[in-house]
Amino acid sequence: MLFLPELTLLGAGLILFIFSLGKPSSGKIKNVAIALAALTLVASLICIKSEGELFYSAYQVDLFSQIFKVLIALATLIILIFSDSEGDIKLAVRSEYYLFLFMSVLGLMMLVSSVELISIFVALELSSFAVYVMVPMRNNATASGSQFEAGIKYLLFGVMATGLMLFGMSYMYGLTGSTQLPVIADKLSLMYSQPAAVIAIVLVLAGFFYKLAIFPLHFWVPDVYEGASNETTAFIAAVPKLAAVALLIRLITLVSSEGEVIVNVLMVCALLSMFYGNLSALIQKDVKRLLGFSGISHAGFVLVGLLTFKVTGYATAMYYIMGYVFMNLACFLVICSVAEKGKNVVVEDFTGLHKRAPLLAITLTVGLFALAGIPPFVGFTGKFLLLLGALKQGHLILVILAAINTGIAIFYYLSIVRVSFCTDSEDRGAVASSALNNTLAVMLIVTIIVMGVMPSKFIAITSSAIHTIM
Amino acid sequence: MDQLLINSGFPILSVLIFLPLAGAFILLFIKSESLCRYLALAVTSIVGILSLLLVTGFDKTTDKFQFAEHQSWIEAFNINYTIGVDGISILLILLTTIIMPFCVLASWSYIKTRIQSFMICLLIMETAMIGVFVALDFVLFYILWEAMLIPMYMLIGIWGGPRKIYASIKFFLYTLAGSILLLVGIIWLYVANDYSFFIPDMMWQAYPLEAQIYLFLAFFLAFAIKVPMFPFHTWLPAAHVEAPTAGSVILASILLKMGTYGFLRFALPITPEATVVLMPYVLWLSIAGIIYGGFTALAQSDMKKLIAYSSVGHMGFVTLGIFVLNVQGLEGAILQMVNHGITTGALFLCVGMIYERTHSRELRSATGVGKYMPVYITFLAFFSLSSFGFPGTNSFVGEFMILAGVFEFGTANGGFPYLALAAIPGAVLAAAYMLRMLQKIVWGGTDNPDQSWITDLNTREIVILAPFLFFVFWIGLGPQPFLDLIHTSVTQLLQQFDAHKLQAVAAAGSILH
Repeated sequence: MLFLPELTLLGAGLILFIFSLGKPSSGKIKNVAIALAALTLVASLICIKSEGELFYSAYQVDLFSQIFKVLIALATLIILIFSDSEGDIKLAVRSEYYLFLFMSVLGLMMLVSSVELISIFVALELSSFAVYVMVPMRNNATASGSQFEAGIKYLLFGVMATGLMLFGMSYMYGLTGSTQLPVIADKLSLMYSQPAAVIAIVLVLAGFFYKLAIFPLHFWVPDVYEGASNETTAFIAAVPKLAAVALLIRLITLVSSEGEVIVNVLMVCALLSMFYGNLSALIQKDVKRLLGFSGISHAGFVLVGLLTFKVTGYATAMYYIMGYVFMNLACFLVICSVAEKGKNVVVEDFTGLHKRAPLLAITLTVGLFALAGIPPFVGFTGKFLLLLGALKQGHLILVILAAINTGIAIFYYLSIVRVSFCTDSEDRGAVASSALNNTLAVMLIVTIIVMGVMPSKFIAITSSAIHTIM
Repeated sequence: MDQLLINSGFPILSVLIFLPLAGAFILLFIKSESLCRYLALAVTSIVGILSLLLVTGFDKTTDKFQFAEHQSWIEAFNINYTIGVDGISILLILLTTIIMPFCVLASWSYIKTRIQSFMICLLIMETAMIGVFVALDFVLFYILWEAMLIPMYMLIGIWGGPRKIYASIKFFLYTLAGSILLLVGIIWLYVANDYSFFIPDMMWQAYPLEAQIYLFLAFFLAFAIKVPMFPFHTWLPAAHVEAPTAGSVILASILLKMGTYGFLRFALPITPEATVVLMPYVLWLSIAGIIYGGFTALAQSDMKKLIAYSSVGHMGFVTLGIFVLNVQGLEGAILQMVNHGITTGALFLCVGMIYERTHSRELRSATGVGKYMPVYITFLAFFSLSSFGFPGTNSFVGEFMILAGVFEFGTANGGFPYLALAAIPGAVLAAAYMLRMLQKIVWGGTDNPDQSWITDLNTREIVILAPFLFFVFWIGLGPQPFLDLIHTSVTQLLQQFDAHKLQAVAAAGSILH
């Protein structure tokens, strides 16, 4: 029962493996994948209340991990639904693509439950390597080679980050003599001011900074976002970030709040991520690249919550990443629908979208305004609560600079809204969107607004989840 | 908290706020264009009529917040849904609710595409605008203040004129950038006030002067851009010129008032010492705005631009009245906010009506219509007279009170009223540019274009303008009922302020020397 979602994913992997032996039609295999993802979601919903330990307490099942598993399954399902069945993955490897997708999801689900260094490492690698393979599976016709570049970049930076993390883990083990996070937490709290301990923690965090795309481990983002197919990018932009935040919260609870050095390191990373992401996004033409840079700045915002070292800070960071996933998915839903045959979308492709597909235009607008942090959407509430928590801890300069960043960011989000609402369609055709897609779009809009207007429930849930791991 | 609020039982304010929102939601499912128009008109009219209940139930003898409602919202952070009305906000709420039905009417034939979305935007605007004026929780205020940008952006960006993209983005970025530091200020106040966002709790606290000055600057940036005060006014002409008529009316009549309302509601009571210290700068900026707005308006050939620049001048009078900090000045300023809403709103409606006929906002193409549009120019003449404060019209009362306040401020300590003298040319300039516009539209010159095909106002248009004219003369000839509504709150505000003033002067002395 504790392991049900992961078992479902394993079974799904097996089924897809069997399909990959034959030559199924692309529509059929997509439907199979959607059904399996729905099954995973159901499984993780069933297990949401379960608690316990597995594998000699290397694997912790608690409310915290189960919420993240539900979110991961939900996001995967949404991506599968809106991804193009005629999509942008080589026909020959379509079923392998879904196989790797599910393996990656499995890795991420294991990651959020892991509380032991070795199992963290194994789960992280399982999720990463699957994605390394998914990136270059894009059709050569639409990407003309850039998918290979993206794959290699993703792999090289990933391996580097893993190396840093392993190095840090070895320090951690050396200092504490254990690989169990709870034991490490106890022992580290006695020596957090020592340079060795700080280095160990920062290096371990680096592995997740890479997943979350935080400066200075963000260099893969723009090229991978651009080179990978639209649905792969949607996956990379949303799902691994959930798991990365989960693990960052687990790891940061190891550090006591007096860890002045760590706070400063995190603060610098957060600010640099925001400024780098927002300033670079200003000049982007490719929408996926733009969202990539915006993702870097949002990762910076998540750090603002973590560096408060308070339960409310963690809870708002968790709330924020939940909201971020939905806002991002809303944008990618539109990108996938507008993209012709899976080509990359530039800002001009949204020209006159309000006439060609009114619902999609509204979805895009809601998603972008939410990302920009305009009320009453979840992006605003999240940012506001994060800044509130940070100012409570006295980080006035950080809050002012972060606030200024939201001002910078609005410009590039607005430039997309402008193109889709304030221009005529010229001679671009209507955008086809299935009924299922439209329903999904409406649901995403409603989620973004409801989470933004009534955050109490969500904050209460995330707070109680955080309490289970403290 | 309770001693500051008076609850009347029936949640009239929530009804006013959420009725337009509900209307917008229903409109989502209506396909028929004419039904959309009628439904929007019905909703805004009902809200307008319901808002009259506020007047009948308003207790003029107290400065407490009335019709208050309190509902906890985000408990973990002590954020509440708290709303209420006092003398400072009541007239502005009425202005909003009463002008909105006429905005719908003015868009009846002006807007030809995507009526449904247009009316939804208007209704969402109304919700946000009423909400801003009644919010007593700072987070609620900020959310509505910012949320308003989206429908307004759409109004300009979709239904605007040829340079709508430039204008809408400038409007959005300017206002958003201005209010970002306000957010930081709000959070700072929250932490300083024992984790409370309740606005009356934040007032009249002894914050350190340095913090007050930073807070005041954050407030000032947000509100001065919204007013807009010189030199933050550059978004206004662009937005006004490109917006559709209803958008211009909302901008001029209501949105600009939010800046001055912000000064009254937040800057004065929360940072009184800083206000005293920085008052001279704000006053001279207001004077600069009055003179600059007047001269620039004189040079415009585009009617909407002319009225937009005249707004900069008129709003300069309002900020002048606020920051002289005496009863005449403040009451005059609040009254002048309402007057400007009525008069400038009506002028924009007039320009919109010409535009619907000639499809041009240029003065040149509208010259000499007086012969063919007698009814129209009658209205236009009265509104123009009102705009430059002709005795008997509403603006005369407001400007007179403000100038009286400024004189009193100048001569209070036996000084010379430099400020008042500097403001007088503004009043003369207003007459100059308004009469110039009136002369051209009514008579023109020898080279008028052929206007014989032009038709006079139809019944709908007369219905739109007549109420504005009614208020022009009502406030102009008998302003007492309006002043009665605001008097108690204003005197209370000033009493509290004077108590802080002495400390402030001492503190200012130590800072400036």
